[in-house]
Amino acid sequence: MHVHSVGSDSLLVEVPDTTAALSLAAWARERALGAAEIVPAATSVLFAEVADPQALAAALDAWRGDPVPIGGGVVELPVTYDGVDLELVAGLWGTTVEGAVARHTGIEFVSAFCGFAPGFSYLAGLPEELAVPRLDSPRARLRAGAVALAGTWCGIYPGESPGGWRVLGHTDEQLWDPERIEPALLPPGTRVRFRDVTASEPVSAPVAAGRPGSRGIAGEPAPPGPRTPRRRWFR
Amino acid sequence: MTAPGSRAAALEVLRTGPLATVQDQGRVGLAHLGVPRAGALDGPAAALGNRLVGNPPEAAVLEVTFGGLAVRAHAGRWVAVTGASGPVRIAGRPCAGGRAEFLPAGEVLEVGPPAVGLRSYVAVAGGIEVPPVLGSRSTDTLAWVGPPALTPGAVLPLGDPTGPPAAHEVPRPPPSAGVLRLHPGPRLDWFSSGALDLLCSSPYTVGIDSNRVGLRLEGHRLRRRRPGELPSEGMVSGAVQVPPNGRPVIFLADHPPTGGYPVIAVVERADLWQCAQLRPGQTVRFTRAPAVRRPRAAGLAATP
Repeated sequence: MHVHSVGSDSLLVEVPDTTAALSLAAWARERALGAAEIVPAATSVLFAEVADPQALAAALDAWRGDPVPIGGGVVELPVTYDGVDLELVAGLWGTTVEGAVARHTGIEFVSAFCGFAPGFSYLAGLPEELAVPRLDSPRARLRAGAVALAGTWCGIYPGESPGGWRVLGHTDEQLWDPERIEPALLPPGTRVRFRDVTASEPVSAPVAAGRPGSRGIAGEPAPPGPRTPRRRWFR
Repeated sequence: MTAPGSRAAALEVLRTGPLATVQDQGRVGLAHLGVPRAGALDGPAAALGNRLVGNPPEAAVLEVTFGGLAVRAHAGRWVAVTGASGPVRIAGRPCAGGRAEFLPAGEVLEVGPPAVGLRSYVAVAGGIEVPPVLGSRSTDTLAWVGPPALTPGAVLPLGDPTGPPAAHEVPRPPPSAGVLRLHPGPRLDWFSSGALDLLCSSPYTVGIDSNRVGLRLEGHRLRRRRPGELPSEGMVSGAVQVPPNGRPVIFLADHPPTGGYPVIAVVERADLWQCAQLRPGQTVRFTRAPAVRRPRAAGLAATP
């Protein structure tokens, strides 16, 4: 575990893996450690705007890396497996489309962290041997609810946006709603399972329009960037 | 309480200029859900405006980028324009920024393009009371959480005034940016030796593509020692991130909460307001901030 100073009042703690990051963030959240933000990510936890960084560093020493029991239930997401990359992914996995769906629905994922876009959760759980390469250039438009893979991550685009991940299908569940008490459907720590509802829905045309693109400003693995319709508060 | 849509307590937007938004102190504690902080970029200017009109510090104000704002009051209110200084008119009459002025009912407040700085703040007694979203009235321009940017015709409800306006002017130097102090960043070791010295010794120019998300800089490109990708990690406001093209970006209030490019340095928080007032084309200089005491605890290896 390494602790980096980030400016005069924030700390970035490096940990071995995603599970450790999630555990440390959950552990820290149970204690009043005086940080305005606790942000788990792939292999780190950021403690931002800390009242007393020295005291926080000392408190962190009490963390033994114990896995924290993950609260909350399992969120089950109905998925229509109609994505443009489904056949390609099945090929990469050396199986049929049905086989790929069975593998995807057979995994219990865990929301490791959210990034870039409100409610975009990076779901861990895909084994290394099923890792899927990202598109070289993101597609211009993915539908809201697109269920996609990149590397060993699974993610669901909360809103329509460009995206460079491999699309397996889509869900109609709303991933992000600021009006909800819990606005993100899959906050860090949530366990996620996918349920195949392909047969029970009319098949809609997959959305894919190739366009050269680049990494976003943040250098995120993908630029999910939901563009949910803006509500008009005024008038 | 103010009835929604009541003409008695509202501001009607007539013109907005390039970008005008509602801002308060931002959305705190939601970065782990992917929600940017948002909030007034020049926090001290917004806070001064609120003090001048007798508002609590958390009251929402208007952030006006490069002037062009005109609003009509549906009720007489004390107002104050702070931050970037440009021509301010009430009912067509020039008046001073940086102090409380009375905006009579039915009259128009205009904020013109500033001569110095970039962002002006309009505080109104009672505060702008659009419905809060996730605990804040701030507009986040990255993911558009919160109220939309102002458009002509929008009517902004006002809260009830809670205190008298300040009876005196509060002197504040013009918002010209000085030298920004930099702390070494968490990924300094990803860069070639001397990269931070280069950043601190050479002038950079503010890019035209700068916005509330980040200040994009042109100048000496910073070279990496280490290739490859950094796993996404949490980002703070003031983080100086360097994408593969070597052009540093200073993250501002609407920055994405996580990012995958290495952070070479972090702007001292007390200097962040200056980033709000830097105009595209303007020169910015950096210097090393006094060293911060490293966090130490038994068993923890602080990064060299």
